[in-house]
Amino acid sequence: MSASSLKGRKVILHDMCLRDGMHAKREQISVDQMVKVATALDGAGVPYLQVTHGAGMGGNSLQHGFAPHTNEEYISAVASKMKQAKVSVLLIPGLGTMRELQSAYDCGARSVHVATHCTEADTSPQHIAFARKLGMDTTGFLMMAHLNDPAGIAQQGKLMEGYGANTVYVTDSAGYMLPEDVKARVQALRDVLKPETEIGFHGHHNLGMGIANSIAAIEAGASRIDGSVAGLGAGAGNTPLEVFAAVCERMGIDTGVDLFKLMDAAEDIIVPMMDHIVRVDRESLTLGFAGVYSTFLLHSKRAAERFGVPARDILVELGRKKMIGGQEDMIMDTAMTMAKERGLLKEVAA
Amino acid sequence: MKKIRCALIGSGNIGTDLIYKIQRSPVLEPVWMVGIDPESEGLARARSMGLKTTAEGVDGLLPHVLEDNIQIAFDATSAYVHAENSRKLNELGVLMIDLTPAAIGPLCVPPVNLREHADKLEMNVNMISCAGQATIPIVNAVSRIQSVGYAEIVASLASKSVGPGTRANLDEFTYTTSNAIEVVGGARKGKALAIINPAEPPLIMRNTIYCLTDEVPDEARITASVLEMIKEVQKYVPGYRLVNGPVFDETPKGHRVSVFMEVAGLGDYLPKYAGNLDIMTAAATRTAEMFAEEILAGKIKLQSMEVA
Repeated sequence: MSASSLKGRKVILHDMCLRDGMHAKREQISVDQMVKVATALDGAGVPYLQVTHGAGMGGNSLQHGFAPHTNEEYISAVASKMKQAKVSVLLIPGLGTMRELQSAYDCGARSVHVATHCTEADTSPQHIAFARKLGMDTTGFLMMAHLNDPAGIAQQGKLMEGYGANTVYVTDSAGYMLPEDVKARVQALRDVLKPETEIGFHGHHNLGMGIANSIAAIEAGASRIDGSVAGLGAGAGNTPLEVFAAVCERMGIDTGVDLFKLMDAAEDIIVPMMDHIVRVDRESLTLGFAGVYSTFLLHSKRAAERFGVPARDILVELGRKKMIGGQEDMIMDTAMTMAKERGLLKEVAA
Repeated sequence: MKKIRCALIGSGNIGTDLIYKIQRSPVLEPVWMVGIDPESEGLARARSMGLKTTAEGVDGLLPHVLEDNIQIAFDATSAYVHAENSRKLNELGVLMIDLTPAAIGPLCVPPVNLREHADKLEMNVNMISCAGQATIPIVNAVSRIQSVGYAEIVASLASKSVGPGTRANLDEFTYTTSNAIEVVGGARKGKALAIINPAEPPLIMRNTIYCLTDEVPDEARITASVLEMIKEVQKYVPGYRLVNGPVFDETPKGHRVSVFMEVAGLGDYLPKYAGNLDIMTAAATRTAEMFAEEILAGKIKLQSMEVA
């Protein structure tokens, strides 16, 4: 029985609803809402909260949408109110830069997920080294981890550790992985990383596996888990943090959070904020089933409405074309190409 | 016909692909390849293609510049060493085509502003970045019709086509390209995003260009201008192709024009998916040719910069 085998293990929770949750809100969360959510989570003992545009540093763009406030405004407002929680940020090289990381640090951010696609860790050495130089808690975050095998993930994680990362994450951006996939990758990392380097798991709930996958990660040696209260995140959301905390409590895993306070935050603050109920529906299930980046969900629904091609067809085609995080422009492009093939759209005369 | 003799600095993907482009030029001849690793594959390939090589960096080339009559050099090393390379070669009267993000000289996108640089007899011109070469012509095609307050470009590159230099210096790529979208593209504010995709088989280079026009866009004139600009780029990159758009829509930020392009390369050094490599080397070659034609016609005479 797993309850006894994991009893006493310590796990650090990292809430994503003020970063990944921005995707589910089309980047429209106000500073007041951020402070309210963060204060509640801080009071519930959540040790890390991620606060930025959904795409992180440099995320404000036509490609990823514009939030009503700058990352600096959000981070400053939240960080100044925290009693114990550390504020973290997301930085994807190619989108965010070291200048923006410095600025986030100046506003009070003390932890960073430096994120690359799961085969492209070597685009992150500058940023990881710079984060460490600033003294930040630094994670190397390998996105779309289902697209690299365990040996490949281990090799990429080793690179990030070499650049200075304290923690390496297996990131299931598409919510595609099953517990065995997670275990194999975490185990492969554990085998090659230094004992003091932590391993984390970031799940999406597109196949309803967020909690099971996170437990599998802990069994294989992970000590950090990302989730978001009420699951507010891209696709069918992240691992719902309050549910995960309850499971941990039952299994004797020590997270240090106050379960009932988390439940209250989910029910009283987060759920009323949602524009749509974040859940496994036809489109988010398609993401998980086809292995597509969770953020593509709302973009595909908009393209479907505009060009008359069903969102599920667009998502399956994006999966087939192996599009990865950051390629949101290819959603409209793909929808238009499909609409032309179906006689719904005319070619511009060249 | 007499050709202008060239040196290539940096024996990676870009330097190697340049050999093929320059060998085909009616006015340029590749003579030297400069590297820093005697065992490098790039130097071996350059030797097999008939070039003289040195593994001593630019200092290994300097003693041969005058006797071999090198008049144009292409630098495909890194932003960190470019300034020094340029200073040393300019002193000997060699014109520098800079393919690093250093951007110490004026920024050049051939169909937009090459003529201007040739007329000014610049001794160092910068080619910005692959994404810059692939997208700035389109930004300019829009901004020459109507004022553009903001332009944003997204370049998707096949993982196999992105060398270690670019990977380790993505911030420099971002800064240089964003700035060039403003200075050469004509947008008041520019932003550049790069995505590296490892899919197999490798994906062809894709570029999306978004412009926000100040006024409601004149759809017919902008479309015509974009199509005309694409033809200009196709003169030196035949695989430069419009996939979708221009699409016009209203966003919370304003009037948006979106253009979706792809760039297929000629398949010289890397296969055709690596359009990013080709558009950079083809633009650099096109730039050098314009200067070479002027030199050969006696219209411009390169001079050493020692007096300056």
